[in-house]
Amino acid sequence: MHAFDYATPESVADAVVMLSDPGKNACVLAGGTDLIVQLRENRRRTDLVVDVKKIAELNALSCDAATGLTIGAAVPCYRIYGDGQIAAAYPGLMDAARLVGGTGIQGRASLGGNLCNASPAGDTIPPMIVLGGEAEIAGPDGTRKVAVEDFCTAPGRTVLADGEFLVSLHFPAPAPNSGAYYRRFIPRNEMDIAVVGVGASVVLSGDKSSFVSARIAVGAVAPTPLFVSAAGEALAGEPVSDETIQRAADIARDAARPISDMRGTAEYRKHLTSVLTRRVVQGAVQRAKE
Amino acid sequence: MSQNGHKVIGTRPIRHDGVDKVTGRAIYGADIQLTGLLYGAIKRSPHPHARIKSIDTSRAEAHPGVRAVVTAHDLPQIADKLADLGEAIVNLRDASNNVLAYGKVLYKGHAVAGVAAVNLHVAQEAVELIDVEYEPLPHVTGVLEAMEDGAPILHEDMKTTSMGEETDKVSNIANHFQHKMGEPDDGFAEADVVVEREFTTQTVHQGYIETHNATALWNEEGQLTIWTSTQGAFSVRDQMSEILQMPISKVKIVPLEIGGGFGGKISVYLDPVAALLSKKTGHPVKMTMTRDEVFEGTGPTPGSYLKVKMGATNDGRLTAATAYMAYEAGAYPGSPVGAGAGCIFTPYDIPNVQIDGYDVCVNKPKTNAYRAPGATNAAFATETVVDEISEKLGVDPLEFRVKNGAKEGTRRADGPVHPVIGCIETTEAALNCEHYRSSLDKTANGKVRGRGVASGYWFNFNGGRSAISVSINPDGTINMLEGSTDIGGSRASIAMQLAETIGLEATDIKPYVVDTDSIGYTDVTGGSRTTFGTGYAAHATGQALIREMKERASKLWDVPADAIDFADGVFSYRDDAEKRGTFKELASQAGDAGGPVVAQVSTNPDGSGGGAFATHVVDVEVDRETGKVDILRYTAVQDAGTAIHPSYVEGQMQGGVVQGIGWGLNEEYIYNDAGSMTNASFLDYRMPTTLDLPMIETIIVEVPNESHPYGVRGVGEVPIVPPPAALANAIYDATGVRLRDLPMSPPRVQQALAENGG
Repeated sequence: MHAFDYATPESVADAVVMLSDPGKNACVLAGGTDLIVQLRENRRRTDLVVDVKKIAELNALSCDAATGLTIGAAVPCYRIYGDGQIAAAYPGLMDAARLVGGTGIQGRASLGGNLCNASPAGDTIPPMIVLGGEAEIAGPDGTRKVAVEDFCTAPGRTVLADGEFLVSLHFPAPAPNSGAYYRRFIPRNEMDIAVVGVGASVVLSGDKSSFVSARIAVGAVAPTPLFVSAAGEALAGEPVSDETIQRAADIARDAARPISDMRGTAEYRKHLTSVLTRRVVQGAVQRAKE
Repeated sequence: MSQNGHKVIGTRPIRHDGVDKVTGRAIYGADIQLTGLLYGAIKRSPHPHARIKSIDTSRAEAHPGVRAVVTAHDLPQIADKLADLGEAIVNLRDASNNVLAYGKVLYKGHAVAGVAAVNLHVAQEAVELIDVEYEPLPHVTGVLEAMEDGAPILHEDMKTTSMGEETDKVSNIANHFQHKMGEPDDGFAEADVVVEREFTTQTVHQGYIETHNATALWNEEGQLTIWTSTQGAFSVRDQMSEILQMPISKVKIVPLEIGGGFGGKISVYLDPVAALLSKKTGHPVKMTMTRDEVFEGTGPTPGSYLKVKMGATNDGRLTAATAYMAYEAGAYPGSPVGAGAGCIFTPYDIPNVQIDGYDVCVNKPKTNAYRAPGATNAAFATETVVDEISEKLGVDPLEFRVKNGAKEGTRRADGPVHPVIGCIETTEAALNCEHYRSSLDKTANGKVRGRGVASGYWFNFNGGRSAISVSINPDGTINMLEGSTDIGGSRASIAMQLAETIGLEATDIKPYVVDTDSIGYTDVTGGSRTTFGTGYAAHATGQALIREMKERASKLWDVPADAIDFADGVFSYRDDAEKRGTFKELASQAGDAGGPVVAQVSTNPDGSGGGAFATHVVDVEVDRETGKVDILRYTAVQDAGTAIHPSYVEGQMQGGVVQGIGWGLNEEYIYNDAGSMTNASFLDYRMPTTLDLPMIETIIVEVPNESHPYGVRGVGEVPIVPPPAALANAIYDATGVRLRDLPMSPPRVQQALAENGG
């Protein structure tokens, strides 16, 4: 680890100024569960660490049946699943929030940080995508909004330009007869990085017999978490059946373009994408029916 | 009162070192702080095989805060010389070159230089400023590839030794040996069922939580003191004396608490480098490895290739067995293939056996001991073949094992004849246990389930040097000094043997593990020898104390010492019932009759006694779609001889099983084409977590060891031997597909099921 400066701005504007300094290679610290490890292991170098935890907007957490859910970019996982109303309304998001690291890590780790770290295997990203999440970004030119599925551009890379940082995440209120689910495959039962992760959200007809719409996203099978819109579209208007769900699973599998590494071969990951997509859509349907 | 008339042995007192450990007060290597302490770091090779053309340390030495840099040129250059370092004959040149590479690097992570600086960050920065020019060479990491003609050669001067004779052939095969008994061809001709299969296992690491550490102080008089985490302080002293070519009297080793060893904390890595850096700077120097350094720079246990053939008659008698065993030694000769060969068929009575072993150098870290070294690889092969033979014969696999089990008088293929052992008793206990008798639903939750069994053997090192020094306090409690570092609860088990001998409570003994200047030479805590060997010394110490107390009583009571009896913890004069006293009562007066009572005893019992046997039963659930294996229930049965402290015996059994499960299901060094380990972290080197395991059930069988006064057998190692085979047999029972390559990780299982339609 190399020496760096540390700053704690208390406003979005101050943070933008610090992050915009052309003479400094600055980076943003929220929970630090990725950043501090990367700095310690010399996988990343920085001149300035900007700790955004003292900025009010980054700590916002609100849930409203009309406008939906807002999560400040630095809000740790435990606050999210610790809020009974949020946990009940967004179980698909909770699946992932409860998976990140372990209990201790979840006291620090944030959904915003997980998104900005832009790992292809980031557990919270597929569920954020399928829930229609939107990222609010602040920067020298003001604020802008980007859909979560468009946020990551490559492993460790995002749409954030110089001077920009993530302020918060927004999710629409859940539709009636909807359900969402996230599940990953790991060789053990804890302490691991997804070999494949799949998120799905579905909206069912009033009699729960057919799909109105669906969104499916897959992690760890492409350079970024992958929104497979075709897989969800294939379900829209179709009956809820093993056949239709398997068809969506096959589309997700065909969309996957994984690499082989120490966590699994490309072939195995494609196979798992199909298996998990089927199981996850079934899980989302079950929740929509409950 | 426990069984067998014992008062202390067989009970479960709280361990003497427990409070300090659970409250965080126990002192480990990383806790050491000394005035003027400098911090060291190691420069390591990025190449699996390369010639070192030059090392330029000038930029590092000029870096502010750096105090010294050392390379292999600072080590005495040792000729090709063999030295007996207690348990193994070691080539000192290899040992030295493994500490700091000279001429060539032989694996990624091989140490090439050390730095001492005012703090760790500066030391790490300086490591990056050491410029090493390499000429990369072709590398080889697989054992079979390394044996081929034309494979890249690690040691250009190493000629293969075959059947005890050095040949002219330069190859990576350091040694080929053979054990033969009877006529295997005749035995197979007699057999009605013959099964021959090939197996592979991957490199795995002991995975102790505490990383290697050493703090060295080389003072102005040339006296070297090292505080370190080790399984054998005296072995470290021997190694330091040899590698640094200095008198043994100039070296003192202070062993600290040890956060896991499992065989991996016997060889020195950091200690000589820290010593050289301290010599150069005049300051104490502390070095601690990171996790990736432990994976890449210390000694794991080898990957291997095995071919095993076994034959049996229709009435269920094993008639012959052969094994071809090729083990990776790592960068220097010395894999545990010899130990594996001594274990591979040992649970069985087989008249005709041939075993061929090959010790093969590859571009991986030099392998080291790991809990029953070599035996787990071997049992994975044998126990899977035995399962297949039992199936073909249509007999229960445990009944087959009982019928063919080794017993007193059975000869091992490598020579020795078994004394009294508990092989059949252990297997019978497994056969009759509730778990094995219970029924198992073959499907549940869309998954399939199966049950598997396997047995295992480990020699146990029934010998070795141990010393005990005791002083008696006036209240009759005893301070007991020992040289055996405590990696598995041995303070308690040794103190209990002394307490039993002289009629005290376990809590009356205060055991201390002390430095090499404070106790007689004691061999390493390894080979499952400590509770046996140092316990043997503790019993002898108790006997010495009884003799001494009789002398004191003789003076106090003015009666002949040989007319004093000791029984049930009471000394008494035969001819006068009034003249009697417990050990404690006498201790309060003994100081007036000849000064404080002390005793020192050292022992080196002969190595008979027989080894340890284990049989395991496991139920698994397999997700056919993902290949993931979950363990539903696990029972380990083992002969402990006599369980001194049953909780620690159970703990050893459970710990060994868990490590064996990790080895069987997920653990492996994963290498890329560049010869680099890609998973050198606990994130991707997947040891089981508590969420991956059921409670491991244990059944202790007690067939006393005839060569120990209390019947102790070592217990620490054999429980790691059966698990991979038991899991493979259970996966077969669940899926109908046999796996013969470790680890049986989800991708491998899924692929095997897909290919075999299982």
